[in-house]
Amino acid sequence: MPVVWIPSLMRKLTQGQEKVEVAGETLREIINNLEAVYPGIKSRVMYEDSRIAPGLAVAIDGVITEEGLRTVVQNNSEIHFVAAISGG
Amino acid sequence: MATQVQDYLGITDYKVVGSRPIRHDGTDKVTGRAIYGTDLNLPDMLYAKILRSPHAHARIKSIDTTKAEALPGVKAVVTGKDLMINAEEQLADLGEEVVRIKDLCAAVLAHDKVLYQGYPVAAVAANNNHIAEEALGLIVVDYEVLPHVLDVREAMKVGAPLVHEDQKTKSLGEQTDKHSNIASHFRTELGDIKTGFAQAEIVVEREFCTEMVHQGYIEPQNATVHWNADGLLTIWCSNQGAFGVRDQVSKILGLPVSKIKVVPLEIGGGFGGKIKAYLEPIAALLSKKTGHPVKMIMTRTEVLQATGPTSGSYITVKMGASKAGKLVAVQCMLAYESGAFAGCPVGAGARNMLAPYDIPNVLVDGYDVTVNKPSTSAYRAPGTTNAVFAAEVVVDELAEKLGIDPVVFRLLNTAREGTRRADGPVNKRIGHEECLIAVKNSDHYKSKLEGKNRGRGVASGFWGNGGGVSSASASVNADGTINLVEGSTDIGGTRTSIAMQMAEVLGLSVDRIRPQVGDTDSIGYTGVTGGSRTTFATGWAAYKCAQDIIGQMKARAAKLWEISEDDIAFDEGVFKSKSDPTKALTFKQLAAQLDRTGGPVMGRATVKPTGVGGAFAIVIVDVEVDAETGKVEVLRASIFQDAGKAIYPPYVEGQMQGGVAQGIGWALNEEYVYDEKGVLRNSSLLDYRMPTCLDLPMIETHIVEVPNPGHPYGVRGVGEVPIVPPPAAVANAIYRAVGVRMTQLPMSPGRILKKMWEKNGTHGRA
Repeated sequence: MPVVWIPSLMRKLTQGQEKVEVAGETLREIINNLEAVYPGIKSRVMYEDSRIAPGLAVAIDGVITEEGLRTVVQNNSEIHFVAAISGG
Repeated sequence: MATQVQDYLGITDYKVVGSRPIRHDGTDKVTGRAIYGTDLNLPDMLYAKILRSPHAHARIKSIDTTKAEALPGVKAVVTGKDLMINAEEQLADLGEEVVRIKDLCAAVLAHDKVLYQGYPVAAVAANNNHIAEEALGLIVVDYEVLPHVLDVREAMKVGAPLVHEDQKTKSLGEQTDKHSNIASHFRTELGDIKTGFAQAEIVVEREFCTEMVHQGYIEPQNATVHWNADGLLTIWCSNQGAFGVRDQVSKILGLPVSKIKVVPLEIGGGFGGKIKAYLEPIAALLSKKTGHPVKMIMTRTEVLQATGPTSGSYITVKMGASKAGKLVAVQCMLAYESGAFAGCPVGAGARNMLAPYDIPNVLVDGYDVTVNKPSTSAYRAPGTTNAVFAAEVVVDELAEKLGIDPVVFRLLNTAREGTRRADGPVNKRIGHEECLIAVKNSDHYKSKLEGKNRGRGVASGFWGNGGGVSSASASVNADGTINLVEGSTDIGGTRTSIAMQMAEVLGLSVDRIRPQVGDTDSIGYTGVTGGSRTTFATGWAAYKCAQDIIGQMKARAAKLWEISEDDIAFDEGVFKSKSDPTKALTFKQLAAQLDRTGGPVMGRATVKPTGVGGAFAIVIVDVEVDAETGKVEVLRASIFQDAGKAIYPPYVEGQMQGGVAQGIGWALNEEYVYDEKGVLRNSSLLDYRMPTCLDLPMIETHIVEVPNPGHPYGVRGVGEVPIVPPPAAVANAIYRAVGVRMTQLPMSPGRILKKMWEKNGTHGRA
């Protein structure tokens, strides 16, 4: 199953777990399934159920996703929530 | 000099990519024919000026524009009341970032408060600039002056004056109830920091301060806007992204994007500072009121006071290593000034500052802090130069204390493909190690530096580069040339680097392609020229557009020869029948047949590529410090940078040199100087000291090519990373010259002397 790395400031929602396995074929499914097990995470990482929260980016297998919640996730994928960056 | 480390998928024999043709816009640029914003003049055009706040923080009790409106020649006056004020927390998705519409509007013209000296309060359109300026003096604003806060550390304290009374700290998405200038806090954690430091045999801990600095583009912001009687708005401006301007104006004025056309003109520098729309919404309001086109040009003082510089910062770094020279733990705290509104590049600083290294245990806290200074904007590798300055000075000190050569120390700890980054994800193919090896083998690093008060410093830097949306379209002319239209504002010669990628696919010389930057009605959505994304993403759009053309041209050849399209091959600019070698047409010959086979061929492509490849750069600097004055002279500077594949090496070299020049300016001289009232005291280029050619040696460039497997030609993006290492490299060189560790930017003569006096136990004498 895909592995989600939980940012340290959210780990109280996962009882201190740094990494959790979550089923899902898209990022949206992953977040929804994460929310089902660890309530409270979704509102921290999503904005209005429609996009990744402002200021956050999601790296899937080392690559910042450009397709948002629709991004397809592989069964062995590694998912990180990181600070968003825009360039100059 | 280019150092090719490996080929990408075995491709070595590029015909166009990697060559040095004459740039398409060269003649217009050197003869002064290129059209910039201030060159534009329209019939019946008015001129507008802005009244700005004299106070750093004040409530506006009233604005009386009666006298200004009565002045002969004045056509209209606008204030914040003329701007739509949207709902409390509505956000606008501007593609690159999501911003509060309320903040967007409030930043354009003050509503109830001014948040920094220079804040726009009202604007006047008149028959000429002189009348407009005179009218500004007739506007009466009654202010209630409020306490202000300028320094990031002061702003973070409980009880500090609040820039926004309603702002509460968000902690990684969690809304707290704490009213504060700290808009947000985040934390990045890897491994176990306590265990890491327990393993450390040597620890260095230091704190750093950097001041707010400006991008220093030569051309001030300008815009000409015409709100036509049919409701269509046309904007001509100098900006890094026409679509970004369109979207911002749409949100601020509440107009659909279909009513707005933005025409990008040539740009005289941006470096991240020309993404926000400062003048366009105001000129639009004035044009709507008057029915005339309205032109606005900022003065240099306005540019410095009221556009978006980058954050001043306070940073702490604690780094531990083993005696064998392996980094085992790093803990950092970054507090960045966001200026008047939340949203600064502290996240980028946190993610990038440790990217060159493989470190098992990391903890980084970041704070985005509002202060009564102009709202910050992107500046070349936003947020990263400050953070890397701090990290690389500590890396240098660790290497010194361990008695290890600083390049060898970096090689011992270098990140590679497969290394888990400090911010979590695992690296794809990267080129830091290859850059270090190039440094180690270089003439500069192997040369001896002799003489009193001279020293050599080295520093690494990283920038992740960007992807985003880009579009390209192209039409094939009957003479076999191509008219290419793309959506990226040309900064640093991107017209040519994009056209070269198309030329490579089509087997044409690049002078057969005529690239143009389209307006927002002429080309598909394209993100800003920023994030070092343009040659990567728009180049990819041109590559894909060329493939579309080849597909269509094959169909035409098949029609002409009355054979199957499957029987057509395209190789090195020639269409051939696979089964009949006598059937062959060059691209030019087939182009001449297009009218007879169905009309013109037009290619198109839109891309949103995901294969972005981050880039590393390493800078070596030799300096001499004048022990009497503290002045630093840069004797020699070299940069080694992984470009992925350098599409047009002269532009890559130009970006490398420009970035190093800006980095040295940031290192030694540049800073915003405010007085106790929060007034900017150095708002001209006489007092805001940027380096000139007389301050710098020829900067030696070494392109290292570790192609990015995520791009057809291996492009990484080159524009931003070269600014990152210079301040740390200069600081490390100063240490070796005179034995003082500089921890504050800029390292101006006075600060260096003070450190030298502290070290020597003297006061006033070195």
